[in-house]
Amino acid sequence: MNRLVDRRLSGKNRSAVNRQRFLRRFKTQIRKAAAEAVSGRKVADLERGEKISIPSKDLSEPIFHHGPGGRRNIVLPGNREFVSGDRVDRPEGGGGGGGSGGSPDGEGMDEFVFELTKDEFMDYFFQDLALPDLVKKQLAAVPEVKKARAGFVSQGNPSSLHVVRSMKQAIGRRMAMAAGPRDALREAQDALEELVAQGRGASPEAEALREEIEALRSRIAAVPFIDTWDLRYANRVDQPTPSSQAVMFCLLDVSGSMDEGRKNIAKRFFMLLYLFLTKSYERIDVVFIRHHTVAKEVDEDEFFASRESGGTVVSSALELMKDIILERYPSASWNIYAAQASDGDNWEDDSPRCRELLLQSILPLTQYFAYVEIEAEEPQSLWHEYERVKAASPRFAMQRILTLEDIYPVFRELFRKKVA
Amino acid sequence: METEMESPAPPVAPRQPLSEGSEWTFELLDLYDREIARVAAHYGLDTYPNQIEVITSEQMIDAYSSVGMPVGYHHWSYGKQFLSTQKSYKRGQMGLAYEIVINSNPCIAYLMEENTMTMQALVIAHAAYGHNSFFKGNYLFRTWTDAEGILDYLVFARNFIAECEQRHGEVAVEELLDSCHALMNLGVDRYKRPAKLSMAKEQVRQAEREAYLQSQVNDLWRTLPAKQAAGQEKRAARFPSEPQENLLYFIEKNAPQLEPWQREIVRIVRKIAQYFYPQRQTQVMNEGWATFWHYTLLNHLYDEGKLTDGFMMEFLQSHTNVVYQPPYNSRFYSGINPYALGFSMFQDLRRICEHPTEEDRSWFPELAGSDWVKSLDFAMRNFKDESFVAQYLSPKLIRDLKLFAMVDDDREDKLEVTAIHDDAGYRTVRQLLAEQYNLGNREPNIQVYDVDVFGDRSLSLRHYMHDRRPLGDSTPEMLRHVARLWGYTVRIESVDQNGETRLVATSEG
Repeated sequence: MNRLVDRRLSGKNRSAVNRQRFLRRFKTQIRKAAAEAVSGRKVADLERGEKISIPSKDLSEPIFHHGPGGRRNIVLPGNREFVSGDRVDRPEGGGGGGGSGGSPDGEGMDEFVFELTKDEFMDYFFQDLALPDLVKKQLAAVPEVKKARAGFVSQGNPSSLHVVRSMKQAIGRRMAMAAGPRDALREAQDALEELVAQGRGASPEAEALREEIEALRSRIAAVPFIDTWDLRYANRVDQPTPSSQAVMFCLLDVSGSMDEGRKNIAKRFFMLLYLFLTKSYERIDVVFIRHHTVAKEVDEDEFFASRESGGTVVSSALELMKDIILERYPSASWNIYAAQASDGDNWEDDSPRCRELLLQSILPLTQYFAYVEIEAEEPQSLWHEYERVKAASPRFAMQRILTLEDIYPVFRELFRKKVA
Repeated sequence: METEMESPAPPVAPRQPLSEGSEWTFELLDLYDREIARVAAHYGLDTYPNQIEVITSEQMIDAYSSVGMPVGYHHWSYGKQFLSTQKSYKRGQMGLAYEIVINSNPCIAYLMEENTMTMQALVIAHAAYGHNSFFKGNYLFRTWTDAEGILDYLVFARNFIAECEQRHGEVAVEELLDSCHALMNLGVDRYKRPAKLSMAKEQVRQAEREAYLQSQVNDLWRTLPAKQAAGQEKRAARFPSEPQENLLYFIEKNAPQLEPWQREIVRIVRKIAQYFYPQRQTQVMNEGWATFWHYTLLNHLYDEGKLTDGFMMEFLQSHTNVVYQPPYNSRFYSGINPYALGFSMFQDLRRICEHPTEEDRSWFPELAGSDWVKSLDFAMRNFKDESFVAQYLSPKLIRDLKLFAMVDDDREDKLEVTAIHDDAGYRTVRQLLAEQYNLGNREPNIQVYDVDVFGDRSLSLRHYMHDRRPLGDSTPEMLRHVARLWGYTVRIESVDQNGETRLVATSEG
């Protein structure tokens, strides 16, 4: 009468729906917490799940309960020194030690902490943001396929045998194959009954009918229950999936005026952009270009590491970027994004040249070019020139970042979903 | 407590343990289950058939977060519960060993695959025989819950709510459930006996009920443009004529603006609250009973030589943790541990039957020297926490636990110790501890008092104060939930012992 059941394999993730409901309900709080969480992160581990904590009072489920006051009796265990009639001070903070005997549900936890998965985190983090001018350029050179269901076929390997389909086929075939004999059988039986009703049950005609009935019965019985012809296999075909790819140019000013703090801000900004692009593109190349008076393509470590001194010629970086695009990233098959970070210092005569370069060579090739000016006290010549670029091209955006906390709002501003 | 944990009598039979290692297999589970069942039958435990399910820790967390319902409808609060349980489990703050057992027929008990053989045996004894027999025997469960029908009803509830979500949108259903959950504690009949649940009946009756209810409600609100004088006269008769304790029931039947499907959901939450009501009233007894029996059954098997010493060491370690009662001034103290109190009381009852002292003879003349199995069975069947403590807490146990009573009066500047574990104090301590388990004292007593039927349709609730204790700060928020269900203005007044009323909060509908 007792039963042992192994349920380990059934009903996994039963709470997944409830989890989604929970996340949806506290969307705003979670998004806020996600933004806060990211400002404390290192670049390298930006792309992972996040521990989120929201104030537990925001998500309390209220019940009617007693407030403080009135007269209450409390029974406590572990008496050591009291005798009846003793009078003692109230314990501090009501609940501690003596226990005010209040609601047993009121567990004192100020923060509700839980983990978001990487995908959930990214969703919250980049919610309501969109890549502007997102033309997904397809690339035939990298064929990617996905298995997709495609009906049923009569040939296949045993592991993909579809039992229900096969049995359906078998039923249909049995009905079809037995239909003729069944009709004949019914006729013969009717004829026989008629003969018997006429009292000629023993006549030769009746005998012949009986033999015929017998033969028909065995014919019907001989129809096989299942036949190789019935077998059906689930069919799966390769479906090419369009894959898109993007390249991201990070342009960083490393001249003497860019100190560690500014570079740190720039680094965070680039990282955000990179993460954001990973949401839209499967393949992303990143090109790091740093410049002072001359520009150089470097790897990530070097990009953020050393510090040069001297003046600034921004156009050198733009020139290099243009050359790299022409050489390695034909704009027909690549989505090109660029982010430039600088403190706005530039050699006075160079700024107009930057504007020309952008407008004539670079912007026509790129999807989006974002410029951030970091901790610049006063907009300088580069800013003024870039403002003209912005007026001329919708693919160009610029913002100023003053402190570390500005990064995320500025990023959101740059990539806010434009209402069409 | 140490005295309760004395090692069992030395084994008489030669050791022939059921198993040696700590790994479990399905064969072993079956073997242990049969052995435990045999001993349980020896002690006359009457149980529903058991369905013991082996599950993963994730499924166990699942079961925790759906408050022990094996089939639950979807709601964000269960997701929240899941996240917090998962977190504390991952941090190792809590073990997931006992505790999930479903009051149904067959009785479903969960075993977690990560556990050792010892823990599995402990859980089988605790849940499948301890709790199970309590569910089957205790009078509250017998009157209030229907073990046969509950699984079907939960399936019905989940399907119905899922259907409503499709038809009326998840947000609308969620808001409604939020409000109902908030009022769950006010959704139980304390004195009336509920009808039995069953899915077939529910489904057939639900459609009829929808139509009928709507017509009733409409009728209630069909107000004629009567003359002023007539209106005044009618106003004198209150509706409801008697205060109603079951707020959710009142709303289900009378809220003017609820749609039929909304009434059905109110009803579902109310039924589930009612189903869990006995568990809230018998926590000490239920846990104490189950703990007493896992302790007794496994010790019996050990005395027969069927368990190894290693098994017993592991078992006793876990058992002692469960029944530990930290003193009031310890930083681990969080109220009286129901396992500890319940277990000690049943152990003490057995002691009084088997080895009574003079004191016991004068306090419990009818128990001293009686058959302990029968006396414990009687206690399990006929009491709830409140009356169980009032009846059976012995002076010896009060001394062992060093219980004392304090009074906290906001008119006094200090707390006063009213009674301790001495001759003068036993009865007071026992009485006060029993009252502490009276749900009526723990939760505010709130009743539906009046509806302004001929006016603005506003609903008045009354809070009958006990010992001048006021309502907490959640009251305005709670009233908004009531108002959401009622649809019109809701107000709540507190009535003190002298009958004076004071308006506490109002919420516009």
